[in-house]
Amino acid sequence: MEISTALLANAIIAGLLLGGFYAAVSVGVSISFGMLDVVNIAHPAFIILGSYIAYIVNDSLGFDPIVVSLVLSPLFFLLGMALYRIYYVCFERRGQESLRGLAFFFGILFITEVVLVLVFGVDYRMVTTRYSDVTLRLGEVDFPMRLVVPFLVSVSMVIGVQLFLTHTFFGRAVLAVAQDQLALRLMGVNPVRVKELAFAISIATAGVAGAFLIVIQPVQPAIGREYIGLVFAVCVLGGMGSIWGTLLGAFVLGIAESFTSTFFGPSWAPAVSFGLLLATLAFRPSGLLGR
Amino acid sequence: MSNKTFTVVALAIALALAAVTQLIPNEYFFTAAYTVLLFVILATAWNILGGYTGYVNFGSAAFFAIGAYTTVFLYNAFKAPLLVMIVAGTLTAGLAGLGLGYLTLRLRGVFFAIASLALAVVLYVFIVNWDYVGGARGAYVLQPREIPFGLPRYIHLIYSVQLVMAGLAIVVARAIEHSTIGRGLAAIRDDELAAECSGVPTLRLKIFSTMVSCALMGMAGTTFPYYLSYVEPSSAFSLSYAVYSIAMPLVGGMKSWIGPLIGAILLGSMQQLVQVMFSLGAWNLLIVGVLLVLFVTLAPNGIMGWVESWRRRKER
Amino acid sequence: MAEALLDVSGVTKSFGGFVALDSVNFEVRAGERVGLIGPNGSGKSTLVNCIAGTLRNERGSIRFQGQDICGYPAHRRIRMGLARSFQIPKPFASMSVLDNLCVPLLYAAPAHQGPRRVPVAEEAKHILDQVGLGDKAGAMSGGLTQVDMRKLELARAIAARPKLLISDEAMAGLSASEVDEILTLLLGLKAQGVAVIMIEHVMRAVMKFSERIAVLVAGRKIADGDPQEVVGNPEVVKAYLGE
Repeated sequence: MEISTALLANAIIAGLLLGGFYAAVSVGVSISFGMLDVVNIAHPAFIILGSYIAYIVNDSLGFDPIVVSLVLSPLFFLLGMALYRIYYVCFERRGQESLRGLAFFFGILFITEVVLVLVFGVDYRMVTTRYSDVTLRLGEVDFPMRLVVPFLVSVSMVIGVQLFLTHTFFGRAVLAVAQDQLALRLMGVNPVRVKELAFAISIATAGVAGAFLIVIQPVQPAIGREYIGLVFAVCVLGGMGSIWGTLLGAFVLGIAESFTSTFFGPSWAPAVSFGLLLATLAFRPSGLLGR
Repeated sequence: MSNKTFTVVALAIALALAAVTQLIPNEYFFTAAYTVLLFVILATAWNILGGYTGYVNFGSAAFFAIGAYTTVFLYNAFKAPLLVMIVAGTLTAGLAGLGLGYLTLRLRGVFFAIASLALAVVLYVFIVNWDYVGGARGAYVLQPREIPFGLPRYIHLIYSVQLVMAGLAIVVARAIEHSTIGRGLAAIRDDELAAECSGVPTLRLKIFSTMVSCALMGMAGTTFPYYLSYVEPSSAFSLSYAVYSIAMPLVGGMKSWIGPLIGAILLGSMQQLVQVMFSLGAWNLLIVGVLLVLFVTLAPNGIMGWVESWRRRKER
Repeated sequence: MAEALLDVSGVTKSFGGFVALDSVNFEVRAGERVGLIGPNGSGKSTLVNCIAGTLRNERGSIRFQGQDICGYPAHRRIRMGLARSFQIPKPFASMSVLDNLCVPLLYAAPAHQGPRRVPVAEEAKHILDQVGLGDKAGAMSGGLTQVDMRKLELARAIAARPKLLISDEAMAGLSASEVDEILTLLLGLKAQGVAVIMIEHVMRAVMKFSERIAVLVAGRKIADGDPQEVVGNPEVVKAYLGE
């Protein structure tokens, strides 16, 4: 096959745009799994929940889904707090997170999916925005706005999270939670409280990422599963608990997927993230930016 | 339960269940019983790794599908006899488990869990793109016209085979549990570092239990294509297998072989009941999901946990 | 002099930029009782972990019975007769106290002890009697008191039938009489020809127990010899009391 520069350039740009979105999808797991050591495999379920909420509001009131998700993110924040409370009381405190905690999140993932199926059915739902069908062309390269807008908001959100973590007292407490809980206690900070709030932030990012998702593509309840591998692949690939790593991992994955769809066909794309995940685990478990 | 009692009770139950093929004319019963037995195998197999060793496998569907698709492949290639298919499917799934375990069991347990889920999706995509076994459209596997052992219908054969396999799975699980290996696995589950420092070759034992567990799941899948005469990727890889195989041991209790058996019979029968009453699959899945979450949060040791604490209270 | 049972030479281990062990040399002869002391963070536990195989040293060699064991995983080392107890007890919580001992009895002891002569449960019971846990054999190990957990930790190490036992702070936080109990237990091992490395902060116990004391400070061994002389050594005094 002749590979034209235009095709290549388009694949790279599409991959980068997709990667930005993947960063938003994964940043929450980077916090919960990478920093708090809470293996929330139900994260994608909250993304899909975010998609449906954005869909309902958009469908009934016509508001922009991304604006809606940002306005409603406190709801997801509260949900995250509640979920962590349950997780802490039932599993973490008893030292049972590795087996039962995982099973718990798996159950939550499954319940969310089934409830969405029961309420909305298995049809694909989509939203329309003013920019949905707009595409900018620079030379031979396409910039579809339905990808560009989520990309911009997403990257800003991820950078915002990173700045928040490194430049605020609370953020540094989150970073310390994984390292040295005793030091935190000595400073008068309750590690459980820190984890609760940080977990809440991670769920809030999932809600927002859900809005990006439904702007980018139609959504149905079961597609959440495809993102389980993806979010963990991005996290592990980038290096556990590193937000910059997550951003980098997301771009790598986005480009890898975009190349795979362009050159091998879209039906292979879902295998890319999982393949990358397995390969990273096998050959470089500390990730790209890990030590 | 001593070995003698176990053998006697197991044989009695097996004979009774086998005699059923001659007594019950209703074909629906066997369709339902097939599913329950399938669940028994999956739950028992999952528990060898999950319950005994403490490692979560989210990829039950992948190993089940490996079994099912080995059958499809051998059917298309050679029209191989059922027994060959069963053996081949079991071995293939065991090998896949060995590979996955070898790659990820050196790392923290969660990585194995995530990788097992990832494997399911990779294999799914692989099968969807593999036309020889039907790709996304699925493949037909016709039931042979001649039915051995003088059984009236093919479903009776499938049921009987499934019965034998369920028995085998339970015997294997029980044997492991009561062996030196079982003690080593329990030590790993309780504290892996302490186990290693007590002389337990932890990596080797983990890989072993992964292999056995995955092989049995594969075995459960080998008869599936004949059961429906038709397989397509989304049914063979259905996430509900993963949920059921985790929920059943959790509900029944994970410490011993009997827990998954109880869980499987309970959830399996309930599933059949709900199916008849509402004829809506989603409700079933919802109930299983809710039971999973309720048990794991409120009764982490499952039904057998209740029985045990009740027994202990009585002793006092 | 006969060859040492354990011969650690030039062992170095660092975490990131922090050097936890800096070419440490250390020897233990068969049946010897050695105290290993040093302030917090001096590298005692790191040394234990390197010897037991739960950490890998970057440089240097560790020989046990003349064999280089550096590349061996932990379970292989204990099967050769090199057992350790953990500073924070790590019982197999879902098992009874008796079953806890069965794990090393089944997995570690036969590897160098040859075929078993008495049933495992009987041997386990015997060890439990020896450490004074005989009446708790059937209890769940997760529910034991602190002292009993420490005893179980030692009992499990003893059940591996080691030639060398490393006891990692088995007495921290125990009362004087409890310290004496554990001390008697460890002294009893001498009769069975087991060499013991005792890592301890309780100086009274170390002095009473050790035939020889080695001192680690900031990853270096600064003294090694007769207990009385070592404690009198000005460098050791300085390290413990400051300038």
